[in-house]
Amino acid sequence: MRYLPLTSADRAEMLGVIGAASVDDLFADVPAAARLPGPVPGLPHHASEMAVERHMTALAAQNLSAGAAPFFLGAGAYRHHVPASVDHLIQRGEFLTAYTPYQPEIAQGTLQVLFEFQTQVARLLGTDVANASMYDGSTACWEAIAMAARITRRKRAVLSGGLHPHYVSTAATMARFTGDVLETRAPVLDAVPDDDAVIAAIDAETSCVVVQYPDILGRIPDLAKIAAAAQAHGALVIAVVTEPVALGLIEAPGKLGADIVVGEGQALGVGLQFGGPYLGLFGCREKYVRQMPGRLCGQTVDATGKRGFVLTLSTREQHIRREKATSNICTNAGLCALAFSIHMTLLGGAGLAKLARVNHARAQQLAARLAAVPGVTVLNRAYFNEFTVILPRDARDVVRELADRRVLGGVSLGRLYPQETALANGLLVTATELTSPEDIEAFGTALEGVLA
Amino acid sequence: MNAPNPSGWRPAMGVAAPEGFESPTVSGDRALMLEEPLIFELREPGTTGVDIDDLELEPLDTLAGFLRAEAPALPGLTEPETVRHYTRLSRQNYAIDLGPFPLGSCTMKHNPRLNEKLARLPGFADVHPLQPQQTVRGALAAINELAVWLIELTGMHGVAMSPKAGAHGELCGLLCIKAAIEARGEDRTVILVPESAHGTNPATAAFAGFSVESIPATADGRVDLAALTAKLGPHVAGVMITNPNTCGLFERDMKAISDAVHAAGGYVYCDGANFNAIVGKVRPGDLGIDAMHINLHKTFSTPHGGGGPGSGPVVLSEALAPFGPLPWTARMADGTVRLIEEEDAATEMPTSFGRMAAFHGQMGMFTRALTYILSHGADGLRQVAEDAVLNANYVLRSLDDVLDAPFGAAGPCMHEALFSDAGLAEGFSTLDMAKGLIDEGFHPMTVYFPLVVHGAMLIEPTETESKAGLDRFIASMRSLAERAKAGDETLKSAPHFAPRRRLDETLAARKPVLTWQG
Repeated sequence: MRYLPLTSADRAEMLGVIGAASVDDLFADVPAAARLPGPVPGLPHHASEMAVERHMTALAAQNLSAGAAPFFLGAGAYRHHVPASVDHLIQRGEFLTAYTPYQPEIAQGTLQVLFEFQTQVARLLGTDVANASMYDGSTACWEAIAMAARITRRKRAVLSGGLHPHYVSTAATMARFTGDVLETRAPVLDAVPDDDAVIAAIDAETSCVVVQYPDILGRIPDLAKIAAAAQAHGALVIAVVTEPVALGLIEAPGKLGADIVVGEGQALGVGLQFGGPYLGLFGCREKYVRQMPGRLCGQTVDATGKRGFVLTLSTREQHIRREKATSNICTNAGLCALAFSIHMTLLGGAGLAKLARVNHARAQQLAARLAAVPGVTVLNRAYFNEFTVILPRDARDVVRELADRRVLGGVSLGRLYPQETALANGLLVTATELTSPEDIEAFGTALEGVLA
Repeated sequence: MNAPNPSGWRPAMGVAAPEGFESPTVSGDRALMLEEPLIFELREPGTTGVDIDDLELEPLDTLAGFLRAEAPALPGLTEPETVRHYTRLSRQNYAIDLGPFPLGSCTMKHNPRLNEKLARLPGFADVHPLQPQQTVRGALAAINELAVWLIELTGMHGVAMSPKAGAHGELCGLLCIKAAIEARGEDRTVILVPESAHGTNPATAAFAGFSVESIPATADGRVDLAALTAKLGPHVAGVMITNPNTCGLFERDMKAISDAVHAAGGYVYCDGANFNAIVGKVRPGDLGIDAMHINLHKTFSTPHGGGGPGSGPVVLSEALAPFGPLPWTARMADGTVRLIEEEDAATEMPTSFGRMAAFHGQMGMFTRALTYILSHGADGLRQVAEDAVLNANYVLRSLDDVLDAPFGAAGPCMHEALFSDAGLAEGFSTLDMAKGLIDEGFHPMTVYFPLVVHGAMLIEPTETESKAGLDRFIASMRSLAERAKAGDETLKSAPHFAPRRRLDETLAARKPVLTWQG
């Protein structure tokens, strides 16, 4: 077997050193009844590299990849161009095959990357500090709610109707078991988000207000206004950013008064990957850092005075605090953080701003084209690269019919909100720098055909 | 007589440097030992290394009032600068690709490059999670194929694929237990966890709203069955057991533990971090386990990437499977595979405890793990466990005359060999051994864990180390043990040859500097 270096002669010699007659003797502690006599029955045996490649390639070929068709999906996962050097660099074995940097003297590469990543994320989100990553945006969002409950010692969180429904569900699952109370609402098909309803729901028992920015329908909430209202009640504001490229163009949530900013970092460097692995971003005010979940990398010096980096404030973490830890998170998203960081290093703030501008321009072109389709209206007043259109019939069917014409035409609100019949005709569409004028025209034409 | 070389070149070896010569260099680099500044020190903000097509840009009326006051203050490096920055940084990392990485309980095995290649096929890597199901049949089939392998290898009933790492899988298992108990109309609030458990176990139990009670270990490093049984009762929701445990030992009484917990109305969670020791040899389902997470980034070779991403599918017993999370992959009567999401949950998965994360899980890890599993097959995976256990026992018996092996006398270990600091000279510690290993060119073992052994050194070689590689490691360990027992002071200042000497962790925690302050 190509991944197993021991030879039969090695095995025999090693058994001699150990003083065992056979490998089975080494499994003597396993009760005989539980020991399988041979390979697990009913499963295939080993295969050559060529055979495995053939099998997996055949499976991959059954999928319509985003690059093979006009593509307009978003809703928390965005398709952007990733420079070739990103994927090349993350495959360097020294990054790819290293563990969590527990031995800092021989992990300065990973640690310095994390320190740079934390700085990039904090400056992007407009927060004082950021951690070294979470699993993804949805789990980061729940961790932020739990953190706000620890800080305020209150257990009632107000979630805006514009929060991604998967994020709401993730939080609802946890809250059901922890005793936190979530006040949730479904989105309403208005041109502007439900800022006023969110503000009205804040009271003296509210731990935090969770607001997605831009929201699930692509609208942009007035974070500053919500933050002022929350502050008046001693509640924290958690801003959720599922499309970090937007922050090249619209104001950073931390600058608008958000106390904690979480995000999905997948858009930069990571790719679509059918939903994972992705990258949770987590930033907050410096005064809350000891309540933060997840790994933190900090600067220090070595015994000779040279600058170096270590994992720090680990007394918050499970391997030290066990049941009193701020979170149970251990392995997080190191390699995705590296990919994000390299992509951000190439872009810089100026490149991100330009990229964001191009995204917005493509979205404007898409909006103009779709608005010209008979029976279709654009919902949003403001948007970044994603917005909602209202179709004359159920968008779930339209999406399937568009796929039959090889156009991946957005995400139906029916897919996201199966119980909300009022939303059924809503379709969420996204354009990025990868969207060409030809793609936009193909979408418009296909939609005209489907709706005719 | 040869004519003198007109260039002035003459073969010469130079002269020997004087004793103790330590010349500083102007650059700060020392040949291939390269220092690297932060990106913020390489360039000012305002630059970019990406060429973005110029467009006819329309006015920004649609964003009036929302525009960012100034672009993020981040430098943009050109491609040559970027490639050089990260390549230079990479050289300051140790990695499995450079040598053994014997971190106990971490299963740092070789990461096959075929996994990387196939995970990058556009049909897997460039697919959106919310595409219509008709356009992602192959992705769903791949998830299902991996799911079937995990179920068969563990002898369990179903599997939740969406948990994002081991600790997230633990959470999934405990939420299943909580949901099952709620469905019975009971209120059980306590999870029992052995002293030797990973820190994630008690942290997860608390995160899921349980209180945690500890179970002591026996003198031979295993769960004390009598003590555990004494703690069982109507308030106990379940136990979390690691098997093989963190002392590297198989829990001989596992079936009896499961039976006792079930008889008392509880459920058995197994931490599957150490599944590599038994994959293909023992099915946890045969031991009465109700839920177990599988770290695809351990047993199934997906890369650790300097701290993730992981992937922690959870196999479930018949009793717990109905409560599993959404989305849930299910094989339909017609043989096709469907993803059960919120849309169909009311009819297809009515008792699901709900969603744990957005989308469908770590697809990029699924394709890598499936590639690895297909490469090995059922026969190869069995050989994986056998070689992993053989390698660990070889290390145990090659070192137990120079290091204290607290459970060594009781018999063989499983996939990892455990030693203590007993017998080291006064003032010499496990940490000194670890830092000495760095100078020897190896990544240290897991240190000070499990907590039940003083100065623990937990060595997991994995099956992908050759005998020659192990012999080199053993020789270094023997030398270090002898130096630590003899009180060799130079060990206490190790490492001497790494990119950094020992780092001041106290300073880092006392005055945290978490972002660049320049």
